[in-house]
Amino acid sequence: MINLEFVINILSLGSLYAMLALGLVIIYGILKLVNFAYGELIMIGGYTLYLLTGFTPLPWLVIAFLAVIVSMCTSLLTELVAFRPVRTKSLTAMLITSFAVSTLLQNAALLIISPRARAVTLPRIFQQSIMIAGTDVPWRNILTIVVSLTMLVLLTLLLKRTVLGIALRAAADNFRMTRMLGVPANTVISSAFAISGIMAGVVSLFWIGRSASVTPTIGAPPLLVAFVATVIGGMNSLTGAVVGGFVYAIMISLLGIFLPPELLEFREAFMFIFVIVILVFRPEGLIRSKTTVERIG
Amino acid sequence: MLTLKDIHARYGAITALRGISIEVQQGELVALLGVNGAGKSTTLATVAGVMRPWQGTIHFQGEAIMGKAPEQIARLGISLVPEGRDIFPSLTVEENLRLGAYTRKERSEYRRNLDENFALFPVLKERLQQPGGTLSGGEQQQLAIARALMSSPRLLMLDEPSLGLAPALVDQIFELIARLHQRGVTILLVEQNVDRSLEIVDRAYLLNTGLIETTGTPEQLRTHADFEGIYMGDKHRSKA
Repeated sequence: MINLEFVINILSLGSLYAMLALGLVIIYGILKLVNFAYGELIMIGGYTLYLLTGFTPLPWLVIAFLAVIVSMCTSLLTELVAFRPVRTKSLTAMLITSFAVSTLLQNAALLIISPRARAVTLPRIFQQSIMIAGTDVPWRNILTIVVSLTMLVLLTLLLKRTVLGIALRAAADNFRMTRMLGVPANTVISSAFAISGIMAGVVSLFWIGRSASVTPTIGAPPLLVAFVATVIGGMNSLTGAVVGGFVYAIMISLLGIFLPPELLEFREAFMFIFVIVILVFRPEGLIRSKTTVERIG
Repeated sequence: MLTLKDIHARYGAITALRGISIEVQQGELVALLGVNGAGKSTTLATVAGVMRPWQGTIHFQGEAIMGKAPEQIARLGISLVPEGRDIFPSLTVEENLRLGAYTRKERSEYRRNLDENFALFPVLKERLQQPGGTLSGGEQQQLAIARALMSSPRLLMLDEPSLGLAPALVDQIFELIARLHQRGVTILLVEQNVDRSLEIVDRAYLLNTGLIETTGTPEQLRTHADFEGIYMGDKHRSKA
């Protein structure tokens, strides 16, 4: 049962979930805010795909690129309009703001477009597959893996090699000290929201690529996946987000294989039992942040 | 260079500063001395912009800086090495230093500051690729000072640099401060180690419960009556 098809499924699902989780954790690390409006960025990406594929003659690659840009701009806009004014207040205010933004965006989609699912025209490659070693592998999965891994590499390069990236990681360690070194708070936070929006935009391509349709509430499942993956991996570390994404993918796939058919619809429930076990035995997640291993002496 | 006038500040209901006025001239090494809770660290925090006083004025090189954000104040050339060092534990030593130079964009200046730091703190050169969190306390203090120096600060503020260090390291840190002073760096030093501070500073302010008790050169302070109590208090604590 653990064959090539399974491995490719895990890799494609895992890398997609890793991207999802990273977009959530990059903001959490700096602001300690779980952005519940994160799923709506995926929805916005989805509707951009719907509108541009349905009403413009643009080639799909350009449309995909624009969907990512729109998602990023939405993320930046929510930060500027909604989060920035309450940032210096309490964390609770931020959290409630994120619920408000989420509801607002969902209702906007409901009012402006439709409560019903809208079909998104996908390029033909999303339905095609290729024979590898006697297995039928969907191109969609291969694309997911290639694009996700590229995004992970780009993000790693940004975080390790550029001053902005180093500042982002420093801000997650100690935001106040980062500012005292001359790094503007707004630069750090806007960058984090931009990265989060880009991740959501890229995820939206493949998330919508699975269902070929978009609804106002399409953001809820990916938000849940991202949240659970970060809880598994550890909220305070980017490595944790990636690990959490893959662990989630492996667990959910294994459950899909080994659960008896009559229990299959409770797959998520079993997943959450696993999460509860992790919370009991490793409340800080699988990957501890380096901040906790500070040496004293 | 730096002028604080009648600074009042409080944490919630607790008044931390009750009207502090301080001046630091270009090139001077000035210490704020006093027991725990006297308001020394709070004073530095108000200058760095991380704490907002509710009364008073702060000028740096003629410019009013009170109410500015910490990052804006850092850009003016004020650098604070906080108590507890606040190095970034998950960043490597090199990344810590690179971020210290955030406000300086010139490559040659970065190189020069880095080389100077390696000369001052050889241990950092050996540990360049190690995460800051794995350094010992003394090494972290060196890194914190080195990181501040990467920004070529006009004013360096050091908050309890000798705190928690082994005696041999304390000597090193005070020697270093004296050396930086000789090189022309303007320094505002907060210390509980009164003895050692008075050996190296030009002037000192003695703080007590949010007020300036007295000020003067080390010679003047040593003969001051009020100073005796604080000084003795400090001695008692170091014995305990």
